[in-house]
Amino acid sequence: MSETKTLPTEYVSHPGEIKSSLGHTVRTDEMIINMGPQHPSTHGVLRLEIVVDGEIIVDVIPHIGYLHRCFEKHAEHMTNYQQVIPYCDRLDYCAAINEEHSYVLAVERMLKIEVPERVEYIRVIMAELQRIASHLIAVGTFGIDAGAFTPFLYAFHDRELILSLFEMTCGARLLYNYFWIGGLSHDLPPQFVDKAKEFCTYFKPRIKEFNDLLTYNEIFVKRTANVGVLPQDVAINFACSGPMLRGSGVNWDLRRDDPYSVYHKIEWEPKIGKGEMGTVGDVWDRHIVRMREMEESVKIIEQALAALPAGNVQAAIPKRIRPDAGEIYARTETPRGELGFYIISDGSGTPYRVKGRAPAFVNLSVLPEISRGGMIADLVLIAGSVDIVLGQVDR
Amino acid sequence: MTAQEIHDSLKAKFGDAVLDAKLDVMQPWLSIAPDRMKDIAFFLRDDPSMQFDYMMCLSGVDYNDGRLGIVYHLFSMVHRHKIVLKAFCTKENPHVRSVSSVWGTANWHEREVFDMYGITIDEHPDLRRLLMPDDWEGHPLRKDYKVPEFYNGMKVPY
Repeated sequence: MSETKTLPTEYVSHPGEIKSSLGHTVRTDEMIINMGPQHPSTHGVLRLEIVVDGEIIVDVIPHIGYLHRCFEKHAEHMTNYQQVIPYCDRLDYCAAINEEHSYVLAVERMLKIEVPERVEYIRVIMAELQRIASHLIAVGTFGIDAGAFTPFLYAFHDRELILSLFEMTCGARLLYNYFWIGGLSHDLPPQFVDKAKEFCTYFKPRIKEFNDLLTYNEIFVKRTANVGVLPQDVAINFACSGPMLRGSGVNWDLRRDDPYSVYHKIEWEPKIGKGEMGTVGDVWDRHIVRMREMEESVKIIEQALAALPAGNVQAAIPKRIRPDAGEIYARTETPRGELGFYIISDGSGTPYRVKGRAPAFVNLSVLPEISRGGMIADLVLIAGSVDIVLGQVDR
Repeated sequence: MTAQEIHDSLKAKFGDAVLDAKLDVMQPWLSIAPDRMKDIAFFLRDDPSMQFDYMMCLSGVDYNDGRLGIVYHLFSMVHRHKIVLKAFCTKENPHVRSVSSVWGTANWHEREVFDMYGITIDEHPDLRRLLMPDDWEGHPLRKDYKVPEFYNGMKVPY
């Protein structure tokens, strides 16, 4: 099982040449199989049209748009800039805080306003908590894709604890509307810091436990190593980002390389795939990058909690936000990768154009490249390792 | 490289294909003739001093003055510089050359632009609608778009 599962270049199909023991000629031509849009392992409403030759994937054609909710059109028709934030939440409902972060950052840069340092620290804490919560869904459901159900329950148990922290802060468990332009909707409740520290202490050994349970499980390793290999140059050419890019061994993280917020004041490092179990850039590498990123996130949260300054949580901003006519592209590192917002302002109170560059959308577009020549049973794992959220793919 | 240097070297190599430039803004941009887009894209990706290997974003825009446009946000992982390119076309003749052979990621982005703005991407390998159904009429993100009353005989509720 450890050899690379790619199609030999000299591979050709031989229709009609295979005979059964009774002499029937067996048809061996290619076949089209549909996976989705209603299929548990597509993680939402994604339809994959798969051309197979026996068990080998000849091509995959993703069909998306089943969850298209006209985010960009809506954003142009709001009455002000703030009203777009809840729509950003709904782009990636597994990591809503990170979506808000990117949008408010873009608008704040357009307005050229500085937010108080306390806000930046709280944003970093929240973004990293959300990253852990999102990665827990990713690795938990990925375990299900590989046939391991128990780790999923562990992941969701721990995710609940994070959601309770969010609920304590802003009252919502999934879609927060917590980051506002120039600040936050609420300050942290008094008991938050202790509870968050408690969570970090609790969670660190849980990562190890999760690794023992799933990551280094022999069956899991055999299912995932050398599968769906994404080479470095393809990853960059297809503008993959996040764990997809780092899994292929590219040392690249926007939190470090295009710094925003207060990440530059905190000690941490991006984790990259090294091909420990197989080839660099295989499905296992993307999984381990997510696991190790959670450890880094805990480190960031602990440091940010220790350094959390006192102060105001709302910068002085005009009631009616009217950025000068112009445009900006701002990007942040979300759990899925680079989320960018390209905003054009015409000087009025509503954005003229908002384009969301969704990492899940871009990462999904590389799926045919990494699936061709693989086995059809592995496609579920490959699609799972991309960690798509269809809300973000279709916007 | 600064945006000024990128502009100068493109101007020297491609001359009149660089139509316009705005370099004194937060994110400087160059406007490129839409039919020369691909040549310039290849140069930007492969020239050792440019090496724009990473396309961050590709967006369609309707400027509401008869012009449509595609905006390319490029980044170089090697040199860590950025540049924004724009290709404008008119609503009467909406054609821009594809760059999906240069950056693989452009493939889906360009399909989305075709879907939402009706800009025909010349030489695109697979120009189909991406997010809207194949038989949808009109291009929803255009500023003059009217929501159709019926889709396939069904009333559109909004």
